[in-house]
Amino acid sequence: MASPVPIYNSNPLDTHSSSTSRESLKMDLLADVSLLPGEERVIDKDIIYICPFSGALKGKVFITNYRLYFKSSDADSAVMLNVPLGVICRVEKMGGASSRGENSYGLDITCKDMRNLRFALKQEGHSRRDIFEILFRYAFPVSHGLSLFAYLSQEKYEENGWNIYKPMEEFRRQGLPNDKWRISFINKSYELCDTYPTVLAVPYKATEEDLRKVATFRSRGRIPVLSWIHRENQAVIARCSQPLVGMSGKRNKDDERYLDLVREANGTSKLIIYDARPNVNAVANKATGGGYEGDEYQNAELIFLDIHNIHVMRESLKKLKDIVYPNVEESHWLSSLESTHWLEHIKLVLSGAIQVADKVSSGNSVVVHCSDGWDRTAQLTSLAMLMLDSHYRTLRGFQVLLEKEWISFGHKFASRIGHGDKNHADQDRSPIFVQFIDCVWQMTKQFPTAFEFNERLLLTILDHLYSCRFGTFLYNCESARDQHEVRLKTVSLWSLVNSSNDIYLNPFYTPESGRVLYPVASMRHLELWVSYYIRWNPRIRQQQQSPVEQRYKELLALRDEYLKKLEELELSDSPSSHLAHSSTSNTSLPAPSTPSQQYTHLQTPF
Amino acid sequence: MLSLGSGGGKSAKPSFVSYVTPEEINSEKDTPKEEKHPDLLPGEVVFCSASTVLKLTQDELSQRGTFGTLLCTNFRVSFISDEETGEETAPLFKNKLYGENDIPLSCVDNIYGGYEDKRKLVTGSQVKNKYPSKIIIHCKDLRVFQFALTFCKEEDAKRIFQGIVHHCLEPKSLKNIFAFSFCENTAFPEMQMQQRTMMFDSAEDWAQDLKRTKGSCRLVTENANFGLSPNLPQYFIVPESVSEADMTLFQGKGLPIWCWSHHSGCALFKTSNLPLQQEDNVPQSYMEKMLTAVAHNYLYSVKTEDLSDTLPTVQDIQLSYSKFKQFFFIDSTTDFWVSDMKWFSSLDNCGWLDIIRQCLQKAMEVVECLEKENNNVLIMEDGGSDLCCVISSLAQLMLDSYYRTLQGFQSLVQKEWVAGGHNFLDRCNQLHLKDKENVSPVFLLFLECVWQLLQQYGPAFQFSETYLTVLSDSIHVPVFSTFLFNSQHHRASILRQADSSHSQRGTLNCPTVWDWSVQFDCKAQQLFINPLYAEKPKLDKSMRRPHRPKHQRQLSLPSATFKTPPKKGFFKDETDSLKKILRVKRISRWMLSPDSPQPSSTSREFYEAWQRKPLDYHGLLLPCLDGPAVRIWMQRYLRWIQEVQIFGGGLVTVLSKVSDLLDEVQELQRQLDRHSSSLTSNHQRPRPRPISAETDSRLSVLLSSSFPFTTLKNNWSYKPAIPTGLLQSLMNSGNLADTEDDDQESLVRA
Repeated sequence: MASPVPIYNSNPLDTHSSSTSRESLKMDLLADVSLLPGEERVIDKDIIYICPFSGALKGKVFITNYRLYFKSSDADSAVMLNVPLGVICRVEKMGGASSRGENSYGLDITCKDMRNLRFALKQEGHSRRDIFEILFRYAFPVSHGLSLFAYLSQEKYEENGWNIYKPMEEFRRQGLPNDKWRISFINKSYELCDTYPTVLAVPYKATEEDLRKVATFRSRGRIPVLSWIHRENQAVIARCSQPLVGMSGKRNKDDERYLDLVREANGTSKLIIYDARPNVNAVANKATGGGYEGDEYQNAELIFLDIHNIHVMRESLKKLKDIVYPNVEESHWLSSLESTHWLEHIKLVLSGAIQVADKVSSGNSVVVHCSDGWDRTAQLTSLAMLMLDSHYRTLRGFQVLLEKEWISFGHKFASRIGHGDKNHADQDRSPIFVQFIDCVWQMTKQFPTAFEFNERLLLTILDHLYSCRFGTFLYNCESARDQHEVRLKTVSLWSLVNSSNDIYLNPFYTPESGRVLYPVASMRHLELWVSYYIRWNPRIRQQQQSPVEQRYKELLALRDEYLKKLEELELSDSPSSHLAHSSTSNTSLPAPSTPSQQYTHLQTPF
Repeated sequence: MLSLGSGGGKSAKPSFVSYVTPEEINSEKDTPKEEKHPDLLPGEVVFCSASTVLKLTQDELSQRGTFGTLLCTNFRVSFISDEETGEETAPLFKNKLYGENDIPLSCVDNIYGGYEDKRKLVTGSQVKNKYPSKIIIHCKDLRVFQFALTFCKEEDAKRIFQGIVHHCLEPKSLKNIFAFSFCENTAFPEMQMQQRTMMFDSAEDWAQDLKRTKGSCRLVTENANFGLSPNLPQYFIVPESVSEADMTLFQGKGLPIWCWSHHSGCALFKTSNLPLQQEDNVPQSYMEKMLTAVAHNYLYSVKTEDLSDTLPTVQDIQLSYSKFKQFFFIDSTTDFWVSDMKWFSSLDNCGWLDIIRQCLQKAMEVVECLEKENNNVLIMEDGGSDLCCVISSLAQLMLDSYYRTLQGFQSLVQKEWVAGGHNFLDRCNQLHLKDKENVSPVFLLFLECVWQLLQQYGPAFQFSETYLTVLSDSIHVPVFSTFLFNSQHHRASILRQADSSHSQRGTLNCPTVWDWSVQFDCKAQQLFINPLYAEKPKLDKSMRRPHRPKHQRQLSLPSATFKTPPKKGFFKDETDSLKKILRVKRISRWMLSPDSPQPSSTSREFYEAWQRKPLDYHGLLLPCLDGPAVRIWMQRYLRWIQEVQIFGGGLVTVLSKVSDLLDEVQELQRQLDRHSSSLTSNHQRPRPRPISAETDSRLSVLLSSSFPFTTLKNNWSYKPAIPTGLLQSLMNSGNLADTEDDDQESLVRA
């Protein structure tokens, strides 16, 4: 049975609302905004924030070229908002000059990160005109011919995050090139495919001419290329876009031969082609020139993974927001959750990735594609790699994975997120990357010791997916990034992360190379990522901290403390120092009150 | 394991297609000895047995299984495999009374007969001559067993089937319950624990609990021999002003029984409702008198709550649970994935989580009255020993951190449930009565609520999830006196009878469930301790008592911190007008419809005010009842289902790391203590060895999310579970799905 070990009181701190003493409030309300280098004040104004949780709050809003900052002037319910303008999806005027009712005149802001903000202003004198225009301008700089904040930021970090991913180094880590796979620079000036990276790994036997021919038969020239190779069995994950079969059922011998080269490389008897789409969608794509691999592909088997398209995912997340914001649906919560289908989509993506990983780990090479190969394909390949390759489960390895599978292979971040773009109803927008990060979170939940990084990293990534503070997620593909000199003119998110990486580390991480992680893709285990989707709700927030992690850190500190004391005692245990020591040890040991004071700083608030 | 091929063969019964050739059966039959017995417990007798029974693995489609002998004893249904299991290392978490292939008789939930491809629920009566080709047993601990009888001799098959059905389903008398023959033949040493669980079967225990909470009520000892009423506990506590005459008036009904005192002085009482209004005014005036007595306890305030009106009935609870549990009896992989699709809505529809939520909500309202308003609370209910027990014990768990220790929790169960007269025998149907009207998993419901608190505030509890799961299993192990009786009076009268018939042996001594050494060795009991729990730092060492922790009231929130003004019309101020006191307040503020409880805005406020404060695990705890916060007790319900086991994963991988570190820290602490106590220089202290990373990681790989209930054999497969039949439910997710694929328009352009 456990003998007593002292506890240290925990003080949950939050980042959203924090109480401040009256004295400090009397001073400048906004004195404690620390601006980023390059961030500039644009306007400040008295305003009423209509908080969905605590009601209307008087305060001051402060807008810079990077963020909207609000602080309530009421000391009893001190609420603070710190919203990067990049998060704003839509700004609308609410009510008119003649609207009746309290706080009916103001602004309604829809955010990309599962919340809405409402502000009310005085009705007289068009008081909202300037703030509306400023918000509209700075939240959607691209639509106004302005620069995204990433280009204005003057932030400096110890480490240059742009160096985290070097394609050649990553290929070398995987043991490439080898006698079956070569590195091709055919796309060095984006001539073969303008949405692919410059460096590609292709079958050794395929000539540059072959690649060009294959490119004509693959949507947008996104030919099958190697993304990952299994060190032992040499099975590969190749990714591409759909073949351009069309209504007439065109064939392309080069494409067929090329896929057979992929199969042949490790002697796979049957190449499995995973088409991420539902069967019907793949058929429907024929009407627009696309399609899927038919029987003409010998030694290949096509499997549909039934994952829906970007539009379905967008609507699903929208429904989810409806049931969690501002208030969590109370009655029949589970049925409501089910009706959003969000977790069901997560399940489909995960189980697709499990099938890919399972095939590859049993020695079978696979090809993964959807329509264009930049949404569902990226989800599947990167999740399968996360299951197969423990390197990607480290803090830096995960960054490499994102840089490689998502950024370099042209997931259309700009279109999917709509950075700086006012067109909130754009049908190209979709939370595909959010869905992927959710899948990663589900995996970290199921395997809490297998990942070197923690939930905080995932939250940070999602926050900066929208913030436009870093260049990492800007633009649709590498060619556009080159054109806009992203790597020269902006800071990488990984600069921030790797310069203070200890806060992103999982203390329970136990490295186990070579172990394949298969999450359980059953609704029994999938759960809503409350600390992301419902994080704005103050009722939920308390659940966020991990008491397990806190306890572990306290115990670690206690162990170090005891070890040190033991050492000291042993050193000074000579007869001459007995007296002096007996007194100290009697007062400080094992009285828990002493260490509890010393260790309060150990609580890491989330 | 014998894997059966697809080769057809002749079988004993023409209706069954055997997958085993007769040769295979013969070769199997040569080896096993005729009579195989488990290691029988003292007092255990074998009723019948059959050899060459095939125990099928979970997936019925695979037709794989193990041959062995199936027995039925007066304690269990037991399957003994023909395969040698000698080399198998002893599992870490082994129950000493029954093994993984044993089903205690009272743990059997339902028996199904498998006839060709149909299955029928066996109710007992239709078992004359027919016997099924397969016996499927669903257990109350959620295990599922399938035994194929097609390879045994016909008369063996008939006998074992009838035997199992008879002993598991037919009503029996209490004295035929295994506990009695077991206890007659076993001597249990006195429970040896440093900290004793208070049994509340003595005046001292009650006096001590009253003293601990600084309550000022009256301990009644006159019922020690049930002279006042058999419906009342042997010892109990009532408000000061209740007279002895009051106690006997309605056989104890309507009498407010003290549960717990708040540090402010107000207290929680429970009572059973008086019989329905009679012509004379006696019950009415009696009730008023009792309310006055409660009100007198502190500041002339009392709030009453009739739980019969505001919470689901015991029948509702039973109905909901019987739907709920079905989701966990998985017969095949196909079954599993089909049910996965509508998982959330199925859970929702059976209402079980909602009942849990309602109980926690109600308990929170009681807590609010005590903590924030400092009112005396009287909860009542028809019998006074079902939902009263749930709500009063939940409220005490939230308010008093003593009850969140292992011994404190056990004492709480003793106080509110065992001494409180919960009808365990009837509610758990230990006698297999056909009339199920009284059957209801009320105690399990309480454990479910405790689990919710535990998963929300892990560090506040000294006991672990595993402890709760094991406790819930133990209800159906017919050995413990804890769950065998309907009341203290019932227990006393039964034991007296038993004693008189076995007088030569002295008093019959059934162990209580708290004597965990009956079921588990020390090592396994370690898993009952929650590594996240840290004892409250004791600020003043001189105050430290050797035994029970002190009541930690000073840590609950002082009521002054709540800003809400006291309710209007509240009779706190009226100190002398008895008439006003009789205007009793009801707590109940919400009851829109039974399935959609909308917590009142004030109790929301209460939660939110509490939640804004720093969380003190040794102070007041309030559950979060928002949708996502109330969850499924995964360990209990999913532990046997293979498809959901996360190999090398689950929270246990993290908890085991905390446990290891805790051990290390405790070892260091002992060394330091030794150092400071014995100052004689002794340099031969072994250096603490840090836990080697190797063993550590190996452990975490072998753990699974079902730990410690399913142990992974050496050959656990890396094969992932791949969901099947995914598409159906999503097919109608709107026209978006099939209209166009992403980026169609641009594709056309390209």
